[in-house]
Amino acid sequence: MKILTGQNLASGDVVWWTGSGWSLHLFDAVDVGETGAAIAATEEKALRVNVPYVIDAVQTADGPMPAHIKDRIRAAGPTVHPAFAIHPEIPILKTPARHQSNADAPSEVKAN
Amino acid sequence: MYRYDTYDQALVDARVADFGDQVARRLSGEMSEDQFKPLRLMNGLYLQLHAYMLRVAIPYGTLDSRQMRMLGSIARDYDRGYGHFTTRQNLQFNWIKLEDTPEILARLATVEMHAIQTSGNCIRNISSDQYAGAAADEVGDPRPWAELLRQWSSFHPEFSYLPRKFKIAVIGAEQDRAAIQLHDIGLQMRRDDAGELGFRVLVGGGMGRTPMIGSVIRDFIPAADLLSYVEACLRVYNRYGRRDNIYKARIKILVHELGAPEYARQVEEEWAHVKTLGLDPPQAEYDRIAAQFAPPAFAEGLPTEIDRSDAGFAHWVDQNTAAHKAAGYAIVTVSLKPTGGIPGDATADQIDLIADLAERYSFDEIRITHSQNVVLPHVQQQDLRAIWDALVAAGLATANLDLVTDIIACPGLDYCSLANARSIPVAQKITERFADPDRQRDIGELKLKISGCINACGHHHAGHIGILGVDRKGEENYQLSFGGSAAEDTSIAKIIGPGFSEDGVVDAVEKAVETYRGLREPGERFLDTYRRVGLQPFKAAIYG
Repeated sequence: MKILTGQNLASGDVVWWTGSGWSLHLFDAVDVGETGAAIAATEEKALRVNVPYVIDAVQTADGPMPAHIKDRIRAAGPTVHPAFAIHPEIPILKTPARHQSNADAPSEVKAN
Repeated sequence: MYRYDTYDQALVDARVADFGDQVARRLSGEMSEDQFKPLRLMNGLYLQLHAYMLRVAIPYGTLDSRQMRMLGSIARDYDRGYGHFTTRQNLQFNWIKLEDTPEILARLATVEMHAIQTSGNCIRNISSDQYAGAAADEVGDPRPWAELLRQWSSFHPEFSYLPRKFKIAVIGAEQDRAAIQLHDIGLQMRRDDAGELGFRVLVGGGMGRTPMIGSVIRDFIPAADLLSYVEACLRVYNRYGRRDNIYKARIKILVHELGAPEYARQVEEEWAHVKTLGLDPPQAEYDRIAAQFAPPAFAEGLPTEIDRSDAGFAHWVDQNTAAHKAAGYAIVTVSLKPTGGIPGDATADQIDLIADLAERYSFDEIRITHSQNVVLPHVQQQDLRAIWDALVAAGLATANLDLVTDIIACPGLDYCSLANARSIPVAQKITERFADPDRQRDIGELKLKISGCINACGHHHAGHIGILGVDRKGEENYQLSFGGSAAEDTSIAKIIGPGFSEDGVVDAVEKAVETYRGLREPGERFLDTYRRVGLQPFKAAIYG
């Protein structure tokens, strides 16, 4: 499955497309199939999301699970600050499906 | 400490107003993210894995209690109660909201701070020796020169869009505590045979995906010519540095491809022209800056005996204090590396406490180190016990400076959008594995550095033991390297073999340390033993 994610423009919070809006909770995400790019363009233009992109995920008993560890950490929160975690129960190290790179994921210029 | 004049303040205030307007236009949709991104990066605002991150410049790692308290208040009011000190002697806030940034920058400006040029392809924060002005071994205080370079490089119209970012470090001592050989330009103060003050100039060092040690292109440039000479270095780079390939855009690649002698020849040629432009400041301007770094009024006749009856205090004095140039004083390093902690993190309350201690005991001066610790540079030895007591109460008295648990680690995949693997959990596990203070002290100096990607913000290339996190088929994997150093004996670490899992790399580090303990000769550090015996015994112990 493919799910759509991005960050809130004003707060920077990680958000997930629910089919009708954006949620802070990964498990609210829905399969966007091939419509992700179109939704992303519309939502970004309306300022309801910033830097949206589509990622690979698999459906698990708990809900959608990103294929790549980076997006699992985005969904869970930093693993080193339990108080800041949104979904500490997400198995960060468990790859739910064969890895596929998320080449479309945005990144800043080199950090430090 | 340098205090802003009206020009400095006006420049910073104007930038705050500009950025406030840019943020408003972004939030209203008048500006797209593509248009806004380079503007926010120029103001140190990144969009990271979980939130916006604001990187605040701490010029040459020096600040006072008023500025430190402002950082604490911003951590409390706008972040989640933490500040993270970086390997560039700066501070990052990891949980910033875009809509708050104009207010944050306005508050910083009230204490002569900003986030300008903490990102982008420009000259970044000038770094320096955290012991500057206090070290017993220095030729002179490098901070006036670092400040001169800061003013020269701030908003420099010719160098705001370099091929790539540019980092300069300045030291004034023989001992290199600022990794000058691993900077784009490294400057070391020295005196020539006639006693004239000047600088040795190194160019083309750096870490990242292609680590290189800088080359000396001039053994002595008179101090009066420093700015024009550095300008010439930048001009040659700006003209010929590669803009077609981001991975080959740093000056180290240019120097490597031209060869240091040819690069130096071109710099000399350019300098002959630049020197005629009147760029170097008049003596009066240098004197104006230098006066603000005048040594504090050190007391004389202070007691130098310390009551060492408390073993914990005595260990901390031995490990975390250094010789001061003034009798009766010491340099204190406050470790931000507690067992199981996040290297470089401090809570708002801890930041406030350090500010209080600096104000009361250290002539109101604080330094940030590139090893992510904090220094109180001018402390009377008779006050050490009171400082230690306060640090103990705040969880800041870890006596591990330069030991195996004094780990440099980048934020890694827990925070950074560029990272491939987490760094902090590895650091935490290593500090827990080596938590026993007696064992740490027995091991001795061992600089362990962890990066979560090839960009090397955690300086793994320069670690006696370096760890690099990589992505191996979607899973974190950690490469181990030995033999690096960022000191005056700078060297680049070498990868020892196949990588490890998170737990595996902690085990491998322990095997390496135990191998060293079995092989070392009296007085040898891990690095010395490794250099003497080579990789093979370590490899045999680790891979079997």
